[in-house]
Amino acid sequence: MAIISRGFAGRRSAAEAKLPPGQYLTTDFPVLSAGPTPHISLDRWEFTIDDGSNVLRRWDWKSFRELPSETITTDLHCVTRWSKLGTSWEGVSLDVLLADVKTDLPYAMFRSYGDYTTNLPLKDLMNKQAWIAFKYNGADLEPEHGGPARLLVPHLYLWKSAKWVKGLSLMPHDKPGFWENLGYHIYGDPWLEQRYSGE
Amino acid sequence: MAGTAVLGRVTWRAARVVAVRDETATARTLVLAVRDWPGQVAGQHVDVRLTAPDGYSAVRSYSIASAPTSDGRIEITVERLPNGEVSPYLTQDVMVGDELELRGPIGGWFVWRSDQTELIQLVAGGSGIVPLMAMIRSRRSAGGNSPFRLLYSVRQPETVFYRDELQALSNQSDSVVITYAYTRVTPKDWPRPAGRIDAPFIAMGAWPSSLRPTSYVCGPTSFVEHTTDLLISVGHDRERIRTERFGATGERK
Amino acid sequence: MNTSMDYLDGNAAAGELSRIFAVEITAAEGQCAKCGAKKPFAEAHLYMQCPGLVARCAACDHVLLRLVNAGRRVFLDVSGLNWLALDTSLQESGK
Repeated sequence: MAIISRGFAGRRSAAEAKLPPGQYLTTDFPVLSAGPTPHISLDRWEFTIDDGSNVLRRWDWKSFRELPSETITTDLHCVTRWSKLGTSWEGVSLDVLLADVKTDLPYAMFRSYGDYTTNLPLKDLMNKQAWIAFKYNGADLEPEHGGPARLLVPHLYLWKSAKWVKGLSLMPHDKPGFWENLGYHIYGDPWLEQRYSGE
Repeated sequence: MAGTAVLGRVTWRAARVVAVRDETATARTLVLAVRDWPGQVAGQHVDVRLTAPDGYSAVRSYSIASAPTSDGRIEITVERLPNGEVSPYLTQDVMVGDELELRGPIGGWFVWRSDQTELIQLVAGGSGIVPLMAMIRSRRSAGGNSPFRLLYSVRQPETVFYRDELQALSNQSDSVVITYAYTRVTPKDWPRPAGRIDAPFIAMGAWPSSLRPTSYVCGPTSFVEHTTDLLISVGHDRERIRTERFGATGERK
Repeated sequence: MNTSMDYLDGNAAAGELSRIFAVEITAAEGQCAKCGAKKPFAEAHLYMQCPGLVARCAACDHVLLRLVNAGRRVFLDVSGLNWLALDTSLQESGK
């Protein structure tokens, strides 16, 4: 039984909001990283889609930014229990990136500059559920928050929204990524509180 | 016996705030009474956990500033960070009589034991002075006279912790030799312009590397990396330099 | 290599790791499985502001050790270390 610290509230605001179970509201934007912030120059950045054998699609920064993009306002839920509501992003939908990709491989592993990976079912990337985001709050996405571009999949816990993405690999079976293979849930739905594996 | 000895370090236990003391405009020392405190070695730290009524909790590490005593009391010095979550509470809201949870003592590398006889070089950046002050205080209470030198880098004179105590130390002969570096604002008529520690400063204030001191470097991560590189560049042995990094803002999680 | 200077070091992980290791770990020497560098664990670069604790080699940034508190269980991955040499003569209080 923890000792309650008189008068301690932490960083949270008192606003009443509908949050997934076990979450606390925050007004700042914590920076959570498993490693050093990569600094990728835009003239070397690329995003590729492969199927494990062949590269199916590739964009450099210029061609990526020529794709149609949209602004999204959404809520973020981190497995470390903070939630941030009403965040504003601009990005390219995965519907656009996967438009001409013909595949029956049902899973994807996202890869980031650095060594981070995270896995998702392909169907969770379609139908306006996922974006490669390059702006936050109207400004270029900062490196510490995943810039130049990060994955944004707001219906799952934020560890699935990989920072510094460089591509995705289509897979026949679901395979755990960086955190999924060390105790975190393979899927991660915050509304079902799917934080950890085996619970 | 071994089981309870291990649990003592690992489990959270209650600490009561028995006194508070401002060190600077933004830093405060908390004196904590901890039941069954096993004693500590200079340089060790404690993890402090705060829990809000709704169960939300936050944990931060703080170096123990005091020398070991027999009364079960330890002191930590906390710097209030502008966007801190825990430090504003500990430096402004905590009152004498409040209880905190802590675990410790923690650490076996960044420690100084009084049976060490070699020359000691202490290098502090900002709040990195805290564990080094524990070493200075432990040396004094152990009655030791092994030669210590301290390089203490701060932004401006008002941000020096333990100023009176360090001043009194400097005034004693045969004690700790202290050299200050001011990075933003210097005292009036200070011979060295404001700036980071550099190689000439090390040459002037630190033990020569040929004397093979053991060095302890503590402060923000960028300070520790910069200063460690400098010590190595003037000939200090990497294996004889011990470091403790406080992160980008100087606050450890 | 790392210009952000936002990492901590092995000292910061000692409290958390003391729940797993009965012997003090910061003074333990370890060898990176990727580049072979041998250093005290205290020198590892620690990232703790994430869903788990990640210790990386100071020389090459390879992940040495990861820890996740997953509810009742603690997951520990030490595959990035060839070995750790722990000094059992150090008592629990570090004395």
